[in-house]
Amino acid sequence: MSYINKPRVAHPSLPTNSLGMTRRQYEGSMSTLCAGCGHDSITAAVTEACWELSMRPERLVKLSGIGCSSKTTAYFVSGAHGFNAVHGRMPSIASGANAANRELTYIGVSGDGDSLSIGIGQLVHVIRRNVNMLYLIENNGVYGLTKGQFSASADIGTKAKRGEVNATAPIDPVLLALSLGATFVARSFSGDKAQLVPLIQAGLRHNGFALIDILSPCVTFNDHEGSTKSYTFARENYHAVVEADFVPPAEEIAVEYAAGEAVPVKLHDGSQVVLRKLDPSYDATDRSAAYAYIEAKLKKHEYVTGLIHIDENSSTEFHTLNHSATLPLNSIPYEKLSPGSAALNKLMNRYR
Amino acid sequence: MEPTDTSKSDYFHKVVDCQWACPAHTDVPEYIRLIAQGEFTDAYMVNRASNVFPGILGRVCDRPCEPACRRGRIADKPVAICRLKRVAADQRDDISALLPKTPDQKNGKRIACIGAGPASLTVANDLLPLGYEVTIFEQFAVPGGLMRTNIPAFRLPASVLDEEIAYIVNMGADLRLNSPIHSLKKLLQDSLFDAVFVGSGAPKGKELDLPGRHDTNRVHIGISWLESVAFDHIKEIGERVLIIGVGNTAMDCCRSSLRLGAKQVKVMARKPRQYFKASQWELEDAEHENIEIVVNHAPKSFVSEAGRLTGMLFEKLEYDIENGEITKTRNLGEVFIPCDDVILAIGQENAFPWIEKDIGIEFDPWSVPKVGSQNFQSTLKQVFFGGDAAFGPKNIIWSVEHGHQAAISMHKFCQNESIDDRLPRGVTLSSRKMGMHEWAFKNEYNGAERRLVPHVGLVERFKKINVEVELGFTAEQAALEVQRCLNCDMQTVFAAPLCIECDACIDICPVDCLTITHNGTEADLRTRLKAPAKNVAQALYVSTGLPHTGRVMVKDEDVCVHCGLCAERCPTAAWDMQKSNISIPHAINQKAVACQI
Repeated sequence: MSYINKPRVAHPSLPTNSLGMTRRQYEGSMSTLCAGCGHDSITAAVTEACWELSMRPERLVKLSGIGCSSKTTAYFVSGAHGFNAVHGRMPSIASGANAANRELTYIGVSGDGDSLSIGIGQLVHVIRRNVNMLYLIENNGVYGLTKGQFSASADIGTKAKRGEVNATAPIDPVLLALSLGATFVARSFSGDKAQLVPLIQAGLRHNGFALIDILSPCVTFNDHEGSTKSYTFARENYHAVVEADFVPPAEEIAVEYAAGEAVPVKLHDGSQVVLRKLDPSYDATDRSAAYAYIEAKLKKHEYVTGLIHIDENSSTEFHTLNHSATLPLNSIPYEKLSPGSAALNKLMNRYR
Repeated sequence: MEPTDTSKSDYFHKVVDCQWACPAHTDVPEYIRLIAQGEFTDAYMVNRASNVFPGILGRVCDRPCEPACRRGRIADKPVAICRLKRVAADQRDDISALLPKTPDQKNGKRIACIGAGPASLTVANDLLPLGYEVTIFEQFAVPGGLMRTNIPAFRLPASVLDEEIAYIVNMGADLRLNSPIHSLKKLLQDSLFDAVFVGSGAPKGKELDLPGRHDTNRVHIGISWLESVAFDHIKEIGERVLIIGVGNTAMDCCRSSLRLGAKQVKVMARKPRQYFKASQWELEDAEHENIEIVVNHAPKSFVSEAGRLTGMLFEKLEYDIENGEITKTRNLGEVFIPCDDVILAIGQENAFPWIEKDIGIEFDPWSVPKVGSQNFQSTLKQVFFGGDAAFGPKNIIWSVEHGHQAAISMHKFCQNESIDDRLPRGVTLSSRKMGMHEWAFKNEYNGAERRLVPHVGLVERFKKINVEVELGFTAEQAALEVQRCLNCDMQTVFAAPLCIECDACIDICPVDCLTITHNGTEADLRTRLKAPAKNVAQALYVSTGLPHTGRVMVKDEDVCVHCGLCAERCPTAAWDMQKSNISIPHAINQKAVACQI
């Protein structure tokens, strides 16, 4: 953390988006995380993605639980709505908010502790229910706030800062999400914004639940030799399989791709994701193939990154599944929302 | 791009824009910090080491530092550097004990300086402490040169001049007043001096030979007129005055006219405002006194009736201007403007009637002597030139720098050393890190606007010709203005081997000046940075390949505000904030056998 705030002064020739806003105007308050924390880079990537999408800050909802990761929602888009939930319970709040107003854009930020330990029961159901939101897991393999104990995502054989070796099997959020039918599953690394920013944009535009597991090294407790979640290890074992280019609705795909190498996927709002396959044998639209591929690579300690699975066609989003109100509840007249005791009695009589 | 070599003094020197722009390389950020700490005497002495006359220059410097100030590039006005210099001068304690000491044992070498202006005085200031005997010949009864004769007392009080000149004279200079040199040949023949410095300025005002010029005695040459005003030889002027020309001398002429009784003063400019030569602030000060500046009028003739000047004829012009260049000029006809006096302020030239043509000093066709651009030596090896006398009119701060450089040459010349074998500039760096996020300088950016210096009221200031118009900053103003300085000498120093490419510095930089990317040519890199680096006058720093990916760290120096957040956010201390100290060698730093006393 720093004693001074980031000065308001900005580069005089910063570009503006279609709302006339600069990237700086999508920032939040000053981070109090450790210097060099991967989470801060992810914050910068979210800021960049929201700016590039010309997102209206007041149309964005930021949700989080507890932990280092969950502090980060305060550090981007200060004009957005925010809710800091109980530890591991952010998915419930997100589901409720989403049920009440489907017109806003939801972004949940969580960590490996918040999502894979205390909150795993919530996470699996928000995936199943396909709540329309982007869910980021800032995954560093340790509990940073409590001095660096192994978390549920720590790999077998990884070493703690004090030298203990982890022997407990990890939970891999990507495999978990694939097994639960998620229709947008990606993995990335905080140190690679070129990959991460388009993934965030695509995730925000995906119709349904989008999960990005982001390796985000803990500089204080898990960035040493022997750790499998350090900057060095990540860069040495980085295996990008599918890069995603995000193309907004009004734009044509400008870059030319070699035949067979790029697959465009149309999202429901008209934007497109162009999947650039770095491994020609890989098919991101085939869930079981993706599962097998990731599992095989994980055994070799290779971190497969990129847009691992996308299925825009069969994604049946939360509201469709539940036949819920098409309008935000706050735009429905009070009398209709609360029709009174007579109407309630009438309803109750149907069950008597 | 090749990795940037920051060990050369120029790289970090250029980052300190003000110090780089200052001809004498005054350490501006250092003295501004000293003012912030209330160390006015030390701030004065830091100034004096390079510019010799902080009190004078704090009022009338041409301030090349201010247009260069980085603050001006971030949609703000530059720091009021010049006015802060005056704060240091106004608030200083007695500095006599801190002045360079003159040894009792002289080194046996004698120097003559011709003219007691800023260049000669600087030569004396630099050579007296080395044991030289310095004699200064001055034509007038008071020293100061053009600082005294051409800058009106309402901008530069005589007391300020007297005090700062006395520091040098009291070091032991032999100042001979009322002693014009009529013949350089004779001075050299007498062989009393080992070297001669010519610092006699550019004292000849340009003439405007138009019809009717000599039909009247009410047409004056600007700098001669100012000189007569300074010495009380002229005490009045007509009610209606025209000033021809729109440089800084014109501004002094028009404002002096108002104080001598003129009621209506017009400054006549041939071209539109964008081509004015006067400094912006001098124009503002004149216009504040209700001086009218008339553009697009070219003088045609002087009109007199029975020997009495009645006015001037002008051609009214119209210009087509494209990209700042005049592409076409149209004459819209003649205009007569009545007046009682005309002052010509259209430039000045060198004049050396007292230098014989046969003694070995060569001149170009414009009477400018042939002088070494670095060593200031003329074609007669024991004669050196500096100030306006060397390359034509510039300004005080350039004269001071010429004096410093000529002093080095004369020192080396007198010690039989090669005058071109001079000490190079150097740079030292030292970390300002105190703790994890603490620096030994105030790194917080202050968004305050530039303070405006208070002026004496428009009635009060005209009561006497020597009422100083600018009052200098109040203590509160100075305390805020110093916080506007960006501490550009607190350099961001990068150690590539330590970098883990976590992006923390890039994410936190408020002005987007950092990027980690693949290397390329400079032109290519400038387009690929986080914010485009369009100002090619400002350097790109490029690191060696980073350990993890082989990419490079690129920093665009253009708008860095030196807030230190990159270094605060760096988990490996690959970035550090280090103060650069640029050493600018003067005569006293040059090694010379005879001076190892």
